[in-house]
Amino acid sequence: MLHCESSNQIKQELNIMSDHDIIDQVLARHGHDGSRLMQILRETQEQLSWLAPATLTHIADGIGWPRAQVSGTAAFYSFFHTRQRGKYCVLWSDNITDRMLGNAELMDAMCKKLWLEPGRVSEDGLVSVNTTSCTGMCDQGPALLVNYRAIPRMTQARLGEMVGLIREQKPVAEWPAEWFEVEDNIRRKDILLGHGLKKGQALKAALERGPQAMLEEIKAGKLRGRGGAGFGTGLKWEACRNASGHGPNPAHYVVCNADEGEPGTFKDRVLLTSYADLVFEGMSIAAYVVGARKGLLYLRGEYRYLLEPLESALAARRSAGLLGANILGQGFDFDIEIHLGAGAYVCGEESALIESLEGKPGRPRIRPPFPVTRGYLDQPTTVNNVETLAASCLIAAHGGAWYAGHGTEKSAGSKILSVSGDCERPGIYEYAYGTTVRQVLEDCGATDTQAVQISGPSGICVGADEFGRRIAFEDLPTAGAFMVFDETRDMFEVARNFAHFFAHESCGFCTPCRVGTTLVRNTMDKISRGHGSPYDINELFKLHRVMQGASHCGLGNSACNPVFDTLNKFRPAYERRLKSLDYEPAFDLDAELSQARQMTGRDDAAAHLQTKETT
Amino acid sequence: MSATFQLDGEDIPFTPGQTIMQAAKAAGVYIPHLCWHPDFPAHGSCKLCTVKLIDAHGGRFGSSCTMEAQAGMSIENRTAELDDKRRTLLQMFFVEGNHFCPSCEKSGNCVLQATAYELKMMSPHFDMFYPDRPVDASHPDVLLDFNRCIMCSLCVTASRDVDRKNVFAMGGRGILGRKIHINSESGRLADTDFAVTDRAANICPVGVILTKRKGFAVPIGERRYDKAPISEQVKEPTA
Ligand SMILES: Cc1cc2nc3c(=O)[nH]c(=O)nc-3n(C[C@H](O)[C@H](O)[C@H](O)COP(=O)(O)O)c2cc1C
Ligand code: SF4
Ligand code: SF4
Ligand code: FES
Ligand code: FES
Repeated sequence: MLHCESSNQIKQELNIMSDHDIIDQVLARHGHDGSRLMQILRETQEQLSWLAPATLTHIADGIGWPRAQVSGTAAFYSFFHTRQRGKYCVLWSDNITDRMLGNAELMDAMCKKLWLEPGRVSEDGLVSVNTTSCTGMCDQGPALLVNYRAIPRMTQARLGEMVGLIREQKPVAEWPAEWFEVEDNIRRKDILLGHGLKKGQALKAALERGPQAMLEEIKAGKLRGRGGAGFGTGLKWEACRNASGHGPNPAHYVVCNADEGEPGTFKDRVLLTSYADLVFEGMSIAAYVVGARKGLLYLRGEYRYLLEPLESALAARRSAGLLGANILGQGFDFDIEIHLGAGAYVCGEESALIESLEGKPGRPRIRPPFPVTRGYLDQPTTVNNVETLAASCLIAAHGGAWYAGHGTEKSAGSKILSVSGDCERPGIYEYAYGTTVRQVLEDCGATDTQAVQISGPSGICVGADEFGRRIAFEDLPTAGAFMVFDETRDMFEVARNFAHFFAHESCGFCTPCRVGTTLVRNTMDKISRGHGSPYDINELFKLHRVMQGASHCGLGNSACNPVFDTLNKFRPAYERRLKSLDYEPAFDLDAELSQARQMTGRDDAAAHLQTKETT
Repeated sequence: MSATFQLDGEDIPFTPGQTIMQAAKAAGVYIPHLCWHPDFPAHGSCKLCTVKLIDAHGGRFGSSCTMEAQAGMSIENRTAELDDKRRTLLQMFFVEGNHFCPSCEKSGNCVLQATAYELKMMSPHFDMFYPDRPVDASHPDVLLDFNRCIMCSLCVTASRDVDRKNVFAMGGRGILGRKIHINSESGRLADTDFAVTDRAANICPVGVILTKRKGFAVPIGERRYDKAPISEQVKEPTA
């Protein structure tokens, strides 16, 4: 095998780069800096296919960290492989919107064609097929990742071709280029998407104002965070600006949160694809205000394909004097670095994101202290969403009063929605705050709508009687997801999909979230199998009460929202599945036979107990 | 005169910077907890110490091991509502691991077991997960039985901050992945510099890190929590 010493020796004699040489190059590129462990692991894996035990030891030695910490980080992220993976690693996005577009049938067909079981590497080590959390292509699903490259709009026809290419062992880089084309699908523009600013215009305006005056404009513009929590951006920047750095290397940092992991959200992808300059300019303005010389953009691993274009955009800004030393000749030094995540939703939570930026598992920190006083490398850090930063450019260019003139009293400006699900025109819609759900439904061509999931699984589910409610912090706050479900959809299955998502994404730090999300998932599966009873419904309510409040971070606190909402608003979807009015054991005799069925390759009626109505 | 806050109606004095837990401990008042240890910074993972801070909107929950005490705070601790939540959390621990108390060497000296008695947890309630967790018997003097791990990270902290060895790290994600990583390529304790005299060898609140050839040394009836419930040993030194 590739990873033993003798093969390294043979390679040395043949003058081929040994694995150690490859790792050493990566380590050198990152200055043997352990805080860059995520990037070191990713770049190593991109070349060696997986992270073998000897690889992790070598990396740990190279950065001077205990090996256990390196393996602990590698094991945290879904996209890092500490076991040998197939030459082709196929991951189907498994958001409910992908489900509605038939991803399960496609994945099933793919497995059959490849003689594979989901999650297992084929005997010859060629390929594995599995699911992954929402990849942010909900307006153009079913989507998948092949060796961490995004492919949207999968069809049966493409499936056959793809299986052929895998069998021929054609490198992914040589697959048809149009498969990798991701569309923007911008359907409606408002002040942000239709900004009309020239590159550098907003930054120049900010530098002319000076940092304190720029901060005052942000406050006057009443800008609030677009990442979900809606915290006042001016207050956040001010707290960061006023905090002093710590230790021998005091500094301030700006972090752009491009983790966009909330299922159904894809507006940051579009901003980074077609409005990257605006985002980088927003980061620069934030840096100018808080006094940072360095910014980090944390890009979710699912958007790996955006890394090179974003790097070029940064290079272009450096050449234009908009980034680097002495920006616009005003003595302002600032540069931006891009860090990739590796498949962990919780890293969108700002303190988990910072842990990840430091090379650690994405475990939310104890707060206080908040990142504005002790963030990245323990220094004052402002973490802002992609859209928040882009919007700050409008305020720099047009002033706070102008910006506050849009939207509502409590929600200034506009909001970009990621619309997906049952509608004719899924895609990106920008509205002034205060727009009703009904208006959005009309614009996207949704008919017979039963429900809309606002702000993703951790947001809220609204039924038809609530379509008059407004997208605004004071009514329906949202990070941007807008998933539409028509009358044919089963809202229980929607909630069950979300329960699986949270169980998969819980970081595992705190008890209520780590165990609770699995208990909720198991209970939903039990009800789905027809073994549920009113007792189980009560259990769901009880778990909701424990998890909400006792959990360490927002993930655990909101993990029961979709179950709670659908239980309250769509109770019949649950009740028609309940077997009886009493307690039902989760133990299922027929299910216990599943292993025997698998081993004998049978799934016919005679291989099941009679208790099961259909097979 | 020092400042005070109220815990279940009782005035608790505190010094600035103390957490609710620290102040309560100093005052001899028991707040259930598993991952907190007086010698180390709070970890904040078990959530057994969840209390309710009464405010104008009713109240909000928080971890008393990380919440700083403020003068005039009103905190609920041993209410039916909170103890009910704690019982559910305890049940979560019992179903996510494999805890066969009668055959466990730690029985009677175990913080998890003692807390379950204190809170009158009668059954695990949920269906057991029966996870497949390994036992590491490689080390000459110490046995690791991860079936009982409650992910408190005390061994990680002790090995890092006291022993300066970093034998353990908490890694992986979620219910299936999260576990203690051992600092050797083989993953075996024998291949580390761990010693039975390490602080980390004597910190585990449950029965994971056990000294070999020392099992069941204290007869039933004389074990720590045979003598008095955990809530009455707040002033006793913690291992
Ligand atoms: C589980 C979880 C996931 C999150 N994911 C994201 C995300 O993907 N993008 C984001 O901007 N904020 C996310 N947030 C919110 C961030 O913690 C943080 O509030 C936000 O980045 C602040 O930026 P803003 O003030 O500009 O909104 C998440 C929060 C939680 C609890
Ligand atoms: S560690 Fe405690 S709770 Fe766990 S098995 Fe042993 S006695 Fe029981
Ligand atoms: S082994 Fe013991 S001390 Fe270490 S995390 Fe597990 S329960 Fe805590
Ligand atoms: S602490 Fe990880 S999700 Fe709650
Ligand atoms: S004692 Fe506070 S969270 Fe464990």
